[in-house]
Amino acid sequence: MKKLIPAALLLAALSAQADNYRLPKNPAFEEECASCHMAFPPQMLHADSWRAMMGDLSHHFGSDASLDEKRRIAITDFLVANANGRKTGTTRDAAGKPLLRITETARFAKKHREIAAATFQRASIKSPANCTACHRQAATGDYSERSINIPK
Amino acid sequence: MRRTLAIAALLFSATAQAETPRDFLTRFEKEAGGAASAERGGRFFNSKQGGEWSCASCHTERPTQTGRHAKTDKAITPLAPAANAERFTDAAKVDKWFRRNCNDTANRLCSAQEKADVMAWLLALK
Repeated sequence: MKKLIPAALLLAALSAQADNYRLPKNPAFEEECASCHMAFPPQMLHADSWRAMMGDLSHHFGSDASLDEKRRIAITDFLVANANGRKTGTTRDAAGKPLLRITETARFAKKHREIAAATFQRASIKSPANCTACHRQAATGDYSERSINIPK
Repeated sequence: MRRTLAIAALLFSATAQAETPRDFLTRFEKEAGGAASAERGGRFFNSKQGGEWSCASCHTERPTQTGRHAKTDKAITPLAPAANAERFTDAAKVDKWFRRNCNDTANRLCSAQEKADVMAWLLALK
């Protein structure tokens, strides 16, 4: 019994760790990448994906998100250094090009396999990219089960 | 003496960086070579300019209120200086957002006249 408690604690700590995407604050990343959408965790994509995305910010999912060169390089370095922290699964499309959307990665699909497409389309959620709709603490990097609250 | 110079230089650079919304109106009018029209600025802001979105699509037609990004739904703090003292106080930011948002709404950069007009309209909002 005494042995079981530390083992249980360790398991709990490990599973909490798996959903912890916290990172030290990076002001440039926060300012430039969280103006229009939440700051998506760098760990959720492969370094190649970040390089590809940061290489064409003028055409960023249909918007111009261009930056001055100094900041673009600094943020790319930050993203690449923290990329792929966990198993993201497939991070390339069928043609071998790096995936640019976290929602298209194998890990995202696996983690959300119980969520119906219609749920993602609710007015209160709008899109699978709207992490904070259900992961209430996502902005702080907390994607743990206990912080999930799926709105009606 | 050196120290005085250093302090003076520091003070100067600090004041050079902190700009006011009126400074931008002055700058754009000068670049355009003519006076701004708030009425024209309001029309520009609230109507589509060739793209899918107008300025108001995200900033609302009364940008003294909080807007929402048309695609991501993220809250956007008020754009009008009367409602948000942080707006139009940093030239690098102002240039960056005019560049990005004009490309998104008009598929081109905005002219100095257009920017002057929009500035005049935003400054007139109370």
